Amino acid sequence: MKISFNREACQGHNRCYLLAPELFDVDDEGYAVLLVTGDVPEQLHAKAQLAVDNCPEYAITLTEENPPA
Amino acid sequence: MSGPERCPVTDWQTDFDHTAPEYAADAPAIWQELRETCPVAHSDRFGGTWLPTRHEDISAIAHDTEHFTSRGVIVSVLEPQVPAPVGYAPPISSDPPFHQVARSLLLPAFAPKAIRPIEAPTRAFCAQLIDQILSDLPASGVVDAAEQYAQHIPVRVIAHMLGVPAEDGDRFRGFIHRILEMAGQNDEPVAPDETMIHYIFTQIEKRRDEPSDDLIGFLLQAEIEGVPLTDDHVGGTIALILLAGIDTTWSAIGASIWYLAQHPEECARLIAHPELMPFAVEEMLRAFAPVTMARKVSQDVELGGKQLHEGDWVLLPFPSANRDPEFFENPNEVILDREKNRHAAFGLGIHRCLGSNLARMELTVALEEWLARVPEFELADPEAVLWSTGQVRGPRKLPIRILDPGTSTTTMGAR
Repeated sequence: MKISFNREACQGHNRCYLLAPELFDVDDEGYAVLLVTGDVPEQLHAKAQLAVDNCPEYAITLTEENPPA
Repeated sequence: MSGPERCPVTDWQTDFDHTAPEYAADAPAIWQELRETCPVAHSDRFGGTWLPTRHEDISAIAHDTEHFTSRGVIVSVLEPQVPAPVGYAPPISSDPPFHQVARSLLLPAFAPKAIRPIEAPTRAFCAQLIDQILSDLPASGVVDAAEQYAQHIPVRVIAHMLGVPAEDGDRFRGFIHRILEMAGQNDEPVAPDETMIHYIFTQIEKRRDEPSDDLIGFLLQAEIEGVPLTDDHVGGTIALILLAGIDTTWSAIGASIWYLAQHPEECARLIAHPELMPFAVEEMLRAFAPVTMARKVSQDVELGGKQLHEGDWVLLPFPSANRDPEFFENPNEVILDREKNRHAAFGLGIHRCLGSNLARMELTVALEEWLARVPEFELADPEAVLWSTGQVRGPRKLPIRILDPGTSTTTMGAR
């Protein structure tokens, strides 16, 4: 499972930082900073999904590594 | 308070009035009906105003700064006098590109990590308020949770941030009533030294002689490209912080207590499972989002099959977006552990509520402290609950009966 973050879309709602602090930090202005590159560790899959499902700006996306053909 | 005679609303599709008491009392039902029958409603009131109710339309407007300007954010018969891009209360009244400059200046003061040190004093304010309520508890057990609890919390927090005495809070509530709740309806003259502007400029003058490390002092030191902010910018921003941070948060706290008073099983669940609180807070914000913003149309544009013209007002009822069944499953159900919750309580797009982290902290702390000390309570008189009119919706009268005044002085947050 890969995670990506669109900084242009982020408006600093901070929902990801609250729900998945292992995956997101915030900068001094309160915009999200993705802490992992590429693969999300297995134990954080649920938190990654929460971050995606609560971002009002659709700034976070998850993709399966091997999408079904 | 006198005001112009209001014609009763006979048709919400063509003549809605968001300042009418019947709208305040029943807004979610009105939005639902409009969403199903006339998703972009219009009214000739206030010089021509639109009311979109679907999430999709509200989101589209909030993200479209080309056709919609923030020059006016409170719908009123009065035209906003200060032109964009700066506007009368930057950055809420500002458009790009100036908006980002004015906003960047303030963002660090309201970022999550900057808010953290305010949590402990907020917890202490809440505990003091509850001490007072419980020590003065009448034999009936009935108190007003809006007047005696919810409204005081943001007032004290904002006074703390601005660096003004907590006692000034009573004056803040007066400003809010006049400027927001009675927007455009109040024809009573206000004595010059009683105005909010007078208050703000007195505070600014005080700090010119004596620099301070509060938010007002910070704005006085701030520069944009090496140039200090104009007095109007500083004054407008202080006005914004003062007006935007109080009745909004007070409404969210009050509405949450109103809900919990009717759902003792949910109170018990939150007390037993404090780890649910972050989800519960977001769900309260979704279901009872207090704030409806507004824009002015800056270029003719079509929305939901309706032609909007330059100069028209457009209301952005974020609470209606939060109840759209096309966007949320079971939107009218409060599901405290809702896991998929892209709510728009703090708006969408570049004007996302600057104080959202502060408001979220205040709501969380206010509910934690309340439930720790007042685990059992109910509405004393459901008919007596009074919801505010205008663009900020929340209970202004909220009589509740405290059933079991807890004796614990240990707060949830201190565990």
